[in-house]
Amino acid sequence: MKHIKTLNTKPLQNTLKKGGCGECQTSCQSACKTSCTVGNQTCENK
Amino acid sequence: MIHQYKNNGYNIVLDVNSGSVHVVDELVYDVIALLDAGDTAQTVTEKLEKKYPAEEIAEALEECEALKEAGVLFTEDIYEHAITDYKARKTVVKALCLHIAHDCNLACRYCFAEEGEYHGRRALMSYEVGKKALDFLIANSGSRRNLEVDFFGGEPLMNWQVVKDLVKYGREQEKLHDKNFRFTLTTNGVLLNDEIMEFCNKEMANVVLSIDGRREVHDFMRPFRKGAGSYDLILPKFKKFADSRNQQKYYVRGTFTHHNLDFSQDVLHLADEGFEQISVEPVVAPETEEYAIQKEDIPQILAEYDKLAAEMVKREKEGRGFTFFHYMIDLSGGPCVYKRLSGCGSGTEYLAVTPWGDLYPCHQFVGIDKYLMGNVDEGITKPEIVDEFKCCNVYTKEKCRNCFAKFYCSGGCAANSYNFHGTIQDAYDIGCELQRKRVECAIMIKAALADNE
Repeated sequence: MKHIKTLNTKPLQNTLKKGGCGECQTSCQSACKTSCTVGNQTCENK
Repeated sequence: MIHQYKNNGYNIVLDVNSGSVHVVDELVYDVIALLDAGDTAQTVTEKLEKKYPAEEIAEALEECEALKEAGVLFTEDIYEHAITDYKARKTVVKALCLHIAHDCNLACRYCFAEEGEYHGRRALMSYEVGKKALDFLIANSGSRRNLEVDFFGGEPLMNWQVVKDLVKYGREQEKLHDKNFRFTLTTNGVLLNDEIMEFCNKEMANVVLSIDGRREVHDFMRPFRKGAGSYDLILPKFKKFADSRNQQKYYVRGTFTHHNLDFSQDVLHLADEGFEQISVEPVVAPETEEYAIQKEDIPQILAEYDKLAAEMVKREKEGRGFTFFHYMIDLSGGPCVYKRLSGCGSGTEYLAVTPWGDLYPCHQFVGIDKYLMGNVDEGITKPEIVDEFKCCNVYTKEKCRNCFAKFYCSGGCAANSYNFHGTIQDAYDIGCELQRKRVECAIMIKAALADNE
């Protein structure tokens, strides 16, 4: 595309089908403890 | 839902429901704004034809249409029903925050745990209580294999032998029950020594090392009880620890307050000291505290986040980049939508355990009587508290419903909401503004680094 560069290739809605295994890290166990950083976590079920 | 913004010379369009990020030129930026406002291809063309050549506008419209077809622009929210079903499931417990010591050897001014005492008494967790907590976790974890246990405080190194004994117990039990314990430790570093580092490097999946940044900033907020600063004691130990972990699987973790609104300097100070995994977060405190972040501080904080993001791009391109926890974002393989919508898991998957074995929804609720939800002997005795947390998500919070950042913060911190509004069904407004800025910066960094390729 000439005018648009898309940075990611996997739309979120695709994760609706197989997601939800719950094995990924709880966000407050990583570093925060006072905020909420779910978006920072990585998927364990790619 | 579309969120578009300009940052550091980039025009960015976030398609919220698909999580797609598009870096666009001025023309498309204008086109998308009009389409989002309800304009048709024809009215867009009419409105923009004085500014751009007609054939360029036609091209831009075609590109937007192609993205729409591909499900990455102007996508619908199809998650609300899915999440309702998901939340109806029986929950399991998979993470515990063990308050191994309600005591501390520092007297940090901003401590939400009141120097470790959590509105209660000084106490150390016994091995027996800790064992019961791990047993409770295993018994309530269902089919989850990865179980997380954070040794927290107060200061957990004040009860180090129990930490070691519990790790040993956990390692025995995980084999028997086909589980995988991920232990983590949060420490102020005062008692850190070589033996502890060596043990942690073998056993701890992550360590969080508390340091606020520049010496004067750190020492002002994190003094010993008699008033002396702790920076000079802990910095060399943290450096050694970080290096011994190959600069991975740790965070130096600071807090910024009203007193150091120029906190980007603290982040860069930590980076200049050689740390590569850095998290510096805004203090959360009642607005009556002199160090609390005030509404009028927000513009300066937002500018600091921009400044930090631009500097990080520069350093990354120079080959001396570092990780800033709040700018971590994985655009191609982040958490699934269920994770994003179910939130941090407090009160359901994640619980805190006091030294005497009481269970609370998370470390920040410890000591608030109405949120005492059980104990390690009897398990959950107040399932209604689990239900309250389980039903709390971005669709039940009015403030979140129309926020572009809802899939990144997942509705924010329940404890912050409770502390500012008396209910977990609200959101801490200052925190929300800062969170939105951080998401914008994190995406900009990705755009800038992609620009390099």
